[in-house]
Amino acid sequence: MAIIRDIMPAFELFQPATTEDALGLLDRYGSQAWVLAGGLDSFDWLKDRIKRPSFVIDLSQIKELRGVRPLDGGVEIGAMTTLTEVVRDPTIREKFGLLAEGAESAASPQIRNQGTIGGNVSQDARCWYYRGGWKCYRAGGNICFADTPTAINREHAILGADRCVAVNPSDSAPALIALDAKMVIRNSKGERVVDAEDYFIGPGTDITRMTVLQPGDLLTAIRIPATWAGAHFYFEKIRDRQVWDFPLVNIASAAVFTGDRVDRIRIAVNGVAAHPVRLKEVEAAVTGKTRDAATADMAGQMAVQGAQPLRYNGYKVPLMRNLVKRAIRGVEEPAWAS
Amino acid sequence: MGIVEWAKSPWGQDVPIHIFWYLIWVSAIAGLVFLVGHAIWARYFAKPEEFAPGPVQVQASSLPERVARHSLAARMFHWVMAASMFALLITAFLPKVGVKFAWVQWHWIAGIVLIASILFHIVHASFFMDFWAIWPDRQDIKDAGNRLLRALGKPAPPPRRFAKYPLENKMYHAAIVLTGLSVAITGFFMMFRVRTPLFTRNPYLFGDMTWGMMYVLHGLAGVGLIALITIHVYFAVRPEKLDITKSMIFGTMSREHYLEHHDPERWVAGPAE
Repeated sequence: MAIIRDIMPAFELFQPATTEDALGLLDRYGSQAWVLAGGLDSFDWLKDRIKRPSFVIDLSQIKELRGVRPLDGGVEIGAMTTLTEVVRDPTIREKFGLLAEGAESAASPQIRNQGTIGGNVSQDARCWYYRGGWKCYRAGGNICFADTPTAINREHAILGADRCVAVNPSDSAPALIALDAKMVIRNSKGERVVDAEDYFIGPGTDITRMTVLQPGDLLTAIRIPATWAGAHFYFEKIRDRQVWDFPLVNIASAAVFTGDRVDRIRIAVNGVAAHPVRLKEVEAAVTGKTRDAATADMAGQMAVQGAQPLRYNGYKVPLMRNLVKRAIRGVEEPAWAS
Repeated sequence: MGIVEWAKSPWGQDVPIHIFWYLIWVSAIAGLVFLVGHAIWARYFAKPEEFAPGPVQVQASSLPERVARHSLAARMFHWVMAASMFALLITAFLPKVGVKFAWVQWHWIAGIVLIASILFHIVHASFFMDFWAIWPDRQDIKDAGNRLLRALGKPAPPPRRFAKYPLENKMYHAAIVLTGLSVAITGFFMMFRVRTPLFTRNPYLFGDMTWGMMYVLHGLAGVGLIALITIHVYFAVRPEKLDITKSMIFGTMSREHYLEHHDPERWVAGPAE
């Protein structure tokens, strides 16, 4: 069980200077290796002595994994770029402000200075039963302690639960999905590019992972195409306190309007399932419609169809419904002010 | 490395949680080793089958050309069960060996089909079929001893021809009953741990130890089925067994096969339906 000792168990630390070296180490040590980015997720696991990797591969010395570069009208963001760097990048702010809003809503300034975009999208679930070291489904066991009649599950999933009811806690993930970002994954055999919405997986696919990353894989960059540059964006995050908190529910949308008509739109919600949920049916339903209260109501109702709240998280259903309505209809004041 | 993986319960008890999954490979390899070994034995070492003449002699001309062996209901049960078994094995073990997909829903749906087919079979076999035909009798045991002695080169009288089912079939059936009922009964209760439209989820239906034992039994029977089904498929496609296999498709076997392998006193042949 979780015993916070603040002293990590021994492991062999590698600090490769190039991506190739990192991939070589990952190939050599496979599932025994632990990839360390900003450390905000990793150090919790290691200090609580719940995860005990034999080899830790610290990516902080790999310069090629940092920075924001222009790419075909869009941008390529190195996976080790900090959230603060993402938020402050002028191109991102100008063209893809949605991501800047999402990244800026994550945690606290100190954490954003250290935390990376790659780590933010690849972080593990924050379910306290799981983080507490209980041998639940996600930890390889045969029970979900959060989905029992007496469990404390206020922050857990209302959609897509499959044995495990943990949610994805990332704030940048829904923004990346709305922007149709591509995740660049490398391993010793080569490179593959995965759509952001396919990067995240649910427990039905693999209950012990949040992403498609397998041992040996490394997320090296995130590419945002020009497709949604300068579109109309909406991001909103609901949390218990306005600083340093994970989302209860967040929403990101990118839309192009002609007058009041919705030409095209992408919407993603997080905090409601084990992976960020892209609302494809809602997108299809509102495309071509007038952007008004009726369309927003219809979208909100549609978004929560199939929701199965647990004992303490029923509030997420109206919360998600209203966030979708606001993403369609918009609100008078800015959704997020830094 | 062991058979059972253990974990600490929230109350500090050591409880089993499931089997170690390397057993999937153990079972698969065991099944393959058996079939390779048998194929070599059958090809190079097996002696021709020899049977003692039975007390009842039947004129071939008095028999129908096609002898009824499996009713339509029995065949439908077999193939429904086979389909559900394959679906269960695929959905259970492919994700464990790296083929990732959302398997749980398909797994319990296939499990429901298996349970329904087993319930049907129990009623059908108990009241509409010769229930004891598939269970070994004294003659089977006696003949098995003689066959073993003869295979070892020891003097022994030749065995009688088989009743409706050879002893190997009966033993296989017994193994499938054991493993099939184990996975079906444990699987039924395990459905209370996941969300289905059939029951209200209740992970507290049993204690942690009972649940753990249930998962272990489900896993052991499940991996056992990998070897059993591998062997079953192997025998189904062996040339000398094709008549039996075809009878599970078409319901009948040839008069020649019947007279060559089966004892008319122990299994009275009837015409096709």
